[in-house]
Amino acid sequence: MNFFSGKTLALRRSRLIYRHALPIRLTHWVNALVLIILLMSGLQIFNAHPALYWGSFSNFNRPLVSIGAMRTGSGEIKGITTILGHQFDTTGILGASEDSGTITARGFPEWATIPSVQWLAMGRRWHFFFAWIFVITGATYVLYSLLSRHFSRDLLPSGSDIKSIGRTTWNHLLFRFPQGEEAKHYNVLQKIAYLIVMFVLLPLAVLTGLAMSPRMDAIFPWLLTLFDGRQSARTVHFITAFSLVAFVLIHVFMVIVSGVWNNLRSMITGRYRIKESRENT
Amino acid sequence: MTHKSSINRRGFLTRALMVSGAAILAGCDKLSQSEWFTEVLSSAETVNRKVQHLITPRRAMAAEFTEADLSPRFKSNGTHEPADSEYQALAKEGFVNWKLIVGGLVEKPARLSLTQLRALPSRIQITRHDCVEGWSCIGKWKGARLSALLEQVKPLPAAQYVVFHCYDSLDVSGNKYYESIDFDDAFHPQTILAYEMNDKDLPVAYGAPLRLRVERQLGYKMAKYLKGIELVESFENIQGGKGGYWEDQGYEWYAGI
Repeated sequence: MNFFSGKTLALRRSRLIYRHALPIRLTHWVNALVLIILLMSGLQIFNAHPALYWGSFSNFNRPLVSIGAMRTGSGEIKGITTILGHQFDTTGILGASEDSGTITARGFPEWATIPSVQWLAMGRRWHFFFAWIFVITGATYVLYSLLSRHFSRDLLPSGSDIKSIGRTTWNHLLFRFPQGEEAKHYNVLQKIAYLIVMFVLLPLAVLTGLAMSPRMDAIFPWLLTLFDGRQSARTVHFITAFSLVAFVLIHVFMVIVSGVWNNLRSMITGRYRIKESRENT
Repeated sequence: MTHKSSINRRGFLTRALMVSGAAILAGCDKLSQSEWFTEVLSSAETVNRKVQHLITPRRAMAAEFTEADLSPRFKSNGTHEPADSEYQALAKEGFVNWKLIVGGLVEKPARLSLTQLRALPSRIQITRHDCVEGWSCIGKWKGARLSALLEQVKPLPAAQYVVFHCYDSLDVSGNKYYESIDFDDAFHPQTILAYEMNDKDLPVAYGAPLRLRVERQLGYKMAKYLKGIELVESFENIQGGKGGYWEDQGYEWYAGI
């Protein structure tokens, strides 16, 4: 592990570089907050009918996923999650969990929803308000990134990036992260991950969200064709949301293992510390 | 940096995250209770309604399906059988004495029997019913075009909304279900007063003898067990003043989403 060896450390000097422009930092944090709110208010909405289907309508006998509750012989409530016909006991988290102190039948638990109590109308109000903030933030980010050439300069993988996929993946698996000059740029895995999030997952979340609106379906019938019906769109919306959760978990993990304070500083003040060997300066 | 201090730091971070997470959640709950924040959130409803109206061609139609798409089981939601004694008596006689009372801001108030409603220009449509809870069912509906009825009673210029009064009530205090739509939706070709579902007389569980279908909005707009239709300038003085039973409980008046 080269970055722990005293010999290398002695040879290295570090300096702060300006890594993230203000619009990027602002939209990053606004978006982080908004996505958390959208996820949690979305789970509140999901709890009103915690089941997913494929197609135009809900085939209540054959959901893809359903989260329900049942009462045992001794009168206890058990949470049962059914995925493609397979049942799992998920008491405490899914199907049945503590609501104001007592175990109650509810899809996702109170710590995962906004508001915490079962309150569909309020969940919808949060979701649809912050959906606008999300779209405005996203549009600001895309516009800025195009105009400032952030996309073409920093995010589009170059030819040498593509060639380095194998090596970069191997280094990531060994938790070896770029140092010095290399650390000034996103590596190819970062670029691909960010591009997938920005141009696949986030637009998918918006489009599947719109496809669930009966009025939008009347205006843009192709939304239903695209997703094979409203209930499929709802399912894809849910899968997209959890893909984003997976991304955030990996993202936060990578932030922590590759230098939590340095990364945090760079997304707050813009300045990132890189280590350089003497020969380079 | 020793190993131990990094663990302490991690423990501290985890605890800090949990404590701040709980504080944020409590904060969200407080905000949900406050009037000003609810108003801020609700501003999105106005934006949604205006934007969707702006980009909708007036006659944009909800998707229609075929007989092969019909839901094997159509969920009956809300009231399944109104407890109202007048309704019970009418139902016992097969609704032969039931009449739809049409009044309010109209030139010619009317009372229409089912036979008279069946004589109005009708429309058959197989459409998707979307519940605010998230599920959808597909059903076949036949009913009188609301536009035809409105043309017959002639709305006065002051009329802005069409209010639907119902026989059923969902709360203990006995407030009757009601709903309201604007003229854009009232005159839309797919807006019908349905008396048939899946080629049979509308069953009680689905709103017999007459229910509203507004296909570009959510299920709660589609009032069942209709008793009367009232044209108004404003619904401020009707029940909770928000234009519908669920609207009075905090749901959006504009249910296009």
